[in-house]
Amino acid sequence: MSVFADAGTRLLVQGITGREGSFHARQMLEYGTRVVAGVTPGKGGQTFEGKVPVFNTVADAVRETGANASVIYVPPMAAAAAIFEAADAGIPLVVCITEGIPVMHMSRVIPFVRSRNVRLIGPNCPGLISPGAQAKIGIIPGNICLPGRVGLVSRSGTLTYEVVHHLTRNASGQSTCVGIGGDPIIGTNFIDCLRAFQDDPATDAIVMIGEIGGTDEQNAAAFVKAHVTKPVAGFIAGQTAPKGRRMGHAGAIISGSSGTAEEKLGAFEAAGIGIMRRPAEVVDLLRGRL
Amino acid sequence: MNIHEYQARALLKAQGIPMLDGDVASTPTEAEAIARRLGGPVVIKAQVHAGGRGKAGGVRLVRTPSEALDHASEILGMQIKGLTVQKVLVVPAAEISSESYLGLIMDRESQRPVFMVSAAGGVDIEEVAAKTPEKIVRLAVDPTYGVFPHQALTLAFALYRDFTQVKAAAKIIEQLYAGFVANGASLAEINPLVTTPDGRVLALDAKIVIDDNELFWRPDLSLLRDDTAEEPSEAAARRANLSFIKLDGNVGCVVNGAGLAMATMDLVKYYGGEPANFLDIGGSSNPEKVIAALRIITTDPNVKAILFNIFGGITRTDDVANGIVAATRQFKVSVPIVIRLTGTNETEAIRILEGVGMRALSDMDQAVEQVVKLARGAA
Repeated sequence: MSVFADAGTRLLVQGITGREGSFHARQMLEYGTRVVAGVTPGKGGQTFEGKVPVFNTVADAVRETGANASVIYVPPMAAAAAIFEAADAGIPLVVCITEGIPVMHMSRVIPFVRSRNVRLIGPNCPGLISPGAQAKIGIIPGNICLPGRVGLVSRSGTLTYEVVHHLTRNASGQSTCVGIGGDPIIGTNFIDCLRAFQDDPATDAIVMIGEIGGTDEQNAAAFVKAHVTKPVAGFIAGQTAPKGRRMGHAGAIISGSSGTAEEKLGAFEAAGIGIMRRPAEVVDLLRGRL
Repeated sequence: MNIHEYQARALLKAQGIPMLDGDVASTPTEAEAIARRLGGPVVIKAQVHAGGRGKAGGVRLVRTPSEALDHASEILGMQIKGLTVQKVLVVPAAEISSESYLGLIMDRESQRPVFMVSAAGGVDIEEVAAKTPEKIVRLAVDPTYGVFPHQALTLAFALYRDFTQVKAAAKIIEQLYAGFVANGASLAEINPLVTTPDGRVLALDAKIVIDDNELFWRPDLSLLRDDTAEEPSEAAARRANLSFIKLDGNVGCVVNGAGLAMATMDLVKYYGGEPANFLDIGGSSNPEKVIAALRIITTDPNVKAILFNIFGGITRTDDVANGIVAATRQFKVSVPIVIRLTGTNETEAIRILEGVGMRALSDMDQAVEQVVKLARGAA
């Protein structure tokens, strides 16, 4: 078992003929993900890598292949439209990798995907991977992961890899790793993932990797206190970040006195979440709590 | 992206928001000429990307064109929060009966544009927000439909009693929303929104922050950028497509990914050092970016040692290694470099670095400890 993606995932790649889309579609196929279709308008009828049929529209792809998840690698200005299309075609899980989508576009996307009961992950995220199910949706490198029972949720990409790397080197495998994205407006937040991990019988412990900006981590800490019985370890990046500056991610910005690392770590502490002061501490923290 | 008050005024004026006539000046004589044209007392306002301009002496009320000349020459060139004033806005001094606050932000919690209005406007709105948040009325807008007329009226009733003024404010609220959407803003603010003794409702100040993600497809908005209002190294980094923020420490950091870059800075601090910068080279593996990054970091005289922390996922570590080697051939790097790389193509990367006598570490903690030690030794 795992969360969001499993052995029953039939994946569609929006933007499969593009530079990013084709590269990562190959990586996902190599990992063992069941990539059943691609979509690039105007390229319907082609075949990707000799085995994945390409369609003009998501609706065509769903009808012909039974795709039940989509991953989006289209450029920022077309990405919101791609999410609308996937949701409109009835795909229940949409993962948007694209970075740089205007926040107003996302503000319009969110009510639409909610009204269709779509689970949107991202945008500006590395996607997710369930090593035990050989299901990889996105760009998380498969070779650093190991099947196991730790669930991981993060706002970051490479920092996630760093933590996963420590887990894997110490034989702590992962049930699912989810990158929820670094933008201010995202489809799936920490609480959604914590709830899924709490309910997942294949997950024994949870790692959450947050960063400065916003209140998502504080809300998540309150949720952990009230509803999560599994051990949780947490990290916050950006303790040395100056106020009022956007630290790469559009969402990583301290506004006034809100969204600081101290505030978030305080909330973690109050919720009984084990605090990692460095990424390398994840292993010992989880061992101590299991 | 921040823009200046005079630019925000122009964008909101284009939506029909009523404001006093005014103009921007780069020299004292231009300011004098504007004051003469406007007639009567005027306010001279420093145009910098910083709050608290008034408290810093960058906003002055003057009565005559010659006073405008004198005060403009004092304000132009003045430093406010480290930024040099290059332009001043000259506007007529308004007689004010009341000051309100009208703001619109993209709110991450509700994931919608949210209006915030308060009858207690003016310079101390931050204090109002902190101490008496109940005096600020909030309203979330569904961006699919935009602000409804009844919503605009509801907000306007929170500001005024006189129905003529309520209607005028409701119209301004709708215009502010239109300006927010039309200009890809993440914040649009009028503070203060004033009433005059003759009953008019006017915007006296304007602030707009543009969503950086809009700039790619809106070259018209990119033109509003003022390079002189930025730290020069940050402007250079932006032109090289690097995400860079200058800090005060002495350990230069080159990292791939924003989260890892922040975590690297934090680890530098954890081991007793101070980061000199935040720098994310992004997911691409272009060696040119590495060269640009090293060039920018080495121009900071405070930097005593440089750390590369690369976790290769999409980023190919051999490309980064090639970039480091190419950079050190193009210009002299006189401070020690510590390289940590792991992941995609690391064997090739290590071979490339060893070919020029450089070493690479695979552990992040080990690399950070080492670079902090080197920076301290050189300091």
